[in-house]
Amino acid sequence: MTTAVSAKDFASDQEVRWCPGCGDYAILKAVHKTLADLGVPRERTVFVSGIGCSSRFPYYMSTYGFHTIHGRAPAFASGIKLANPELDVWVVTGDGDGLSIGGNHMMHVLRRNVNLQIILFNNEIYGLTKGQYSPTSRKGTRSPSTPMGSVDNPVSACEFALGAGARFVARSIDTTMPDLVHVLERAHQHRGASFVEVFQNCVVFNDGVFDGFTAKATASEMQLHVEHGRPLLFGRDGARGLRLRPGSMELEVVTVGDSGATLDDVLVHDETNKIMAMMLAHLEPPAHPIALGVIYCEPAPAYDDEVYAQVSAAGTPTDDIDALIRHGRTWTVEG
Amino acid sequence: MGIQAPHSAGRETRDSVVIRFAGDSGDGMQVTGSQFTVETALARNDLATFPDFPAEIRAPAGTTFGVSAFQIHFGKIEILTPGDEVDVLVAMNPAALMVNLRDLRPGGLVIADTGSFTERNLQKAGYRANPLEDDALAPYQLLKLDVTRLTLDAVAPFKLGQKDALRCRNMWALGLMLWMYGRDRQATLEQLAKKFAKRPEIAQANIAAINAGHAFGETAEIGEGFPAFNVPKADLAPGTYRTVSGSEAMAFGLIAGLKAAGLKRMLFSGYPITPASALLHTLAGLKPYGVVTFQAEDEIAAVCAAIGASYAGVLGVSASSGPGVALKTEALGLAIAAELPLVLVNAQRAGPSTGMPTKTEQSDLYQAVYGRNADSPLVVLAAATPADGFEVALEAVRLAVTYMTPVMLLTDGFLVNAAEPWQIPDVGALPAFPVRFRTDPHEFHPFLRDPGTLARVWAVPGTPGLEHSIGGLERDHDSGHISYDPENHQRMTDTRAAKIAGIADDIPLQRVAQGDERGKLAVVGWGSTFGAIAHGVRDARAQGYDASQIHLRYLNPFPRNLGELLRGFEAVLVPELNTGQLVTMLRSTYLVGAEGLNKVTGRPFKSTEIADAIRARLER
Repeated sequence: MTTAVSAKDFASDQEVRWCPGCGDYAILKAVHKTLADLGVPRERTVFVSGIGCSSRFPYYMSTYGFHTIHGRAPAFASGIKLANPELDVWVVTGDGDGLSIGGNHMMHVLRRNVNLQIILFNNEIYGLTKGQYSPTSRKGTRSPSTPMGSVDNPVSACEFALGAGARFVARSIDTTMPDLVHVLERAHQHRGASFVEVFQNCVVFNDGVFDGFTAKATASEMQLHVEHGRPLLFGRDGARGLRLRPGSMELEVVTVGDSGATLDDVLVHDETNKIMAMMLAHLEPPAHPIALGVIYCEPAPAYDDEVYAQVSAAGTPTDDIDALIRHGRTWTVEG
Repeated sequence: MGIQAPHSAGRETRDSVVIRFAGDSGDGMQVTGSQFTVETALARNDLATFPDFPAEIRAPAGTTFGVSAFQIHFGKIEILTPGDEVDVLVAMNPAALMVNLRDLRPGGLVIADTGSFTERNLQKAGYRANPLEDDALAPYQLLKLDVTRLTLDAVAPFKLGQKDALRCRNMWALGLMLWMYGRDRQATLEQLAKKFAKRPEIAQANIAAINAGHAFGETAEIGEGFPAFNVPKADLAPGTYRTVSGSEAMAFGLIAGLKAAGLKRMLFSGYPITPASALLHTLAGLKPYGVVTFQAEDEIAAVCAAIGASYAGVLGVSASSGPGVALKTEALGLAIAAELPLVLVNAQRAGPSTGMPTKTEQSDLYQAVYGRNADSPLVVLAAATPADGFEVALEAVRLAVTYMTPVMLLTDGFLVNAAEPWQIPDVGALPAFPVRFRTDPHEFHPFLRDPGTLARVWAVPGTPGLEHSIGGLERDHDSGHISYDPENHQRMTDTRAAKIAGIADDIPLQRVAQGDERGKLAVVGWGSTFGAIAHGVRDARAQGYDASQIHLRYLNPFPRNLGELLRGFEAVLVPELNTGQLVTMLRSTYLVGAEGLNKVTGRPFKSTEIADAIRARLER
């Protein structure tokens, strides 16, 4: 076993070639730290990516890596897990790779619940192809392909994942190292498909697109860090909270102590509750804070485990080819 | 009444016979044909079958486009094709007669179920008058039997509903045909008991229907024109035999390849598509042999998962048909660039686009050899007969793992579904080509090559000290790192080409299947046309024509001696079920004046079409 003790032991000797200031650097660092904290063996770890800026990721890891084709990383990763379920597989993808050209594979890897981790770098733009709007770009995004602003509605990555049947859905921000590491560790711990959306700032083509909840001035007011069993509180002094609007099925922001709202009115996060997860994933600034952390975690049997349970149930392994080809009706012609 | 069995005195002997069972797609013609095949194989005849069914699962009853047919050619002589002309046509309804009569030889026998020749069915089939009542069938022999009523009578004791009772008609017809050709019924009766174990009354009824059909033949006064026949045992080489379909043979070959490579697992990853799905179904039932099957979400995911599996150190296999292979093309490029083993089976069908999914064609040869972006060579093989699928699949695995390359294996709708007797090979004599994974970290890089084969090392995740990344970006020939260096790309492109071209030194020299190695005419084919070409060349040679048959298993690279071999003939004729693909490849590769013989009707060649073409060329 290859022993790796520190975060830098997970870095490869390749020069990292993202733009200076790209959020990918911070995510790379967080992943290195996560793997070091987890103490995973490098030789059993595989990073699989598609195409896009984020998909260069495997080259910067000292683990095994497979830089594949656009959108298909979940399919390659599924094959790797079916070939050898002992491998620890991470899929690195982006909003274009994972939700546009590869949206179908994303849906199926999640609903099958293949035991792997998916990190989706969402920068709401196509970076590598020079700045076209992406499936997560907000309506009206001006880009080389939409000079008058995009007219199509964006997809919400976490809502998509929940809709596809993901059993682990979490969200974080590129530069918030401790939170991101925590979420990635939880993702690794979950047996099944773990989906992590990371808001990643593209300094060249979409700089500041997440400022509404990541800038210093807005962060504490607009970020809701959810934690299982803890009330859904946010704001500078934790005074604001989310409750179910009476007589409806939607969340509303209240200030504890104002207009008769008490701490008891504030919902307590239950990460096993899918309805709550859907409502949290749906929250959008500026009307609501953005939900970060482990939004949903409700484990179910993993696909690769179930496939191999069937393989075991099918009978004792054999390589008796002779018996195989003689099975059924045969006849002999005498010499 | 004193019914006599007019033929008990003796049966007429025939060297070979072609029977076609035809009926509605709900009439169970495929089951009928398959059971007749089993009994015929057990009667030690050589045989070839041709199931021909519509794409619609249950087309509207009684229509011509809903007709399903199963043809079997069997005999004491060597049987190479399912037969050009039909000797006996069993027509379960007017539509079946309408569609299939054109293939019946003059003087051939029509057995028609009069019970289904109703006004309405005649109308649906497009008959203005009942052909059983006028002189429409004058050139043929006609045996009119009310199979419907006879079946209902036979199964009456079992008190089935009308629908279930009528479903036994095919078994009545089968019983009659088994009697007519002196076949046993035992295997079929056992099969029925097993198939309907949970519904014994259905099993009993079907068995009663077979027995009734059989007894009818034995006891009824059918008439002097309809004797019973004896088709003597074929002179097969000593050994143990079974019948095998193309899909079964290929599944067995892949598993034999897995063992020969010493790999513990195969991931077979597919997406449902006609006519390739049969292979997925077969392998899904063979898990104890190290097979994991994966029904992916689409064609692209299917091949990507297989490539992922190969990356992780098991044998990745996928299968599809032309339209699905088109979707897999980009991923094939990655397997070529990353130099990973992969076997991709293409069960070709008539196209373009959706085309005719259940009809056969050989029109994906260009796609296999050339159909990718960039200079992206891979190995292309083709199976010649259903049983040949075994050897070709085994060879595909050998080349894939030895050369770290994707291998495309071409079959077609005809080969996949057709069956023939197969002499079970001696497993001990099969080749072994054990894979040696790289484990030594010393001076390792992922694009280290074997100087002989030019194959790169297979270094799989899980191996300590070999951690590395590979991918579709061009990589340095020496370190495997990403490289945009101009000379390096030239070198890597040349190396990829040389690796595949070099396989020509590791495959058998091309042999002549029939005839001399030099002469007037070489008839060059590939794939499922083997039987028809062999038969056609045999007939032409018997008439004194100087024709030789050359049949290619290796389509990329070609065998080393192929050019020289072709140049030994004054003319080259290339029959193909496409508009001329191999012929173009041969002309461009060897600058020989090869000429095409092409047909795209969705049906196999008839041997007479080959023989006629040979005569036409040699009589010019």
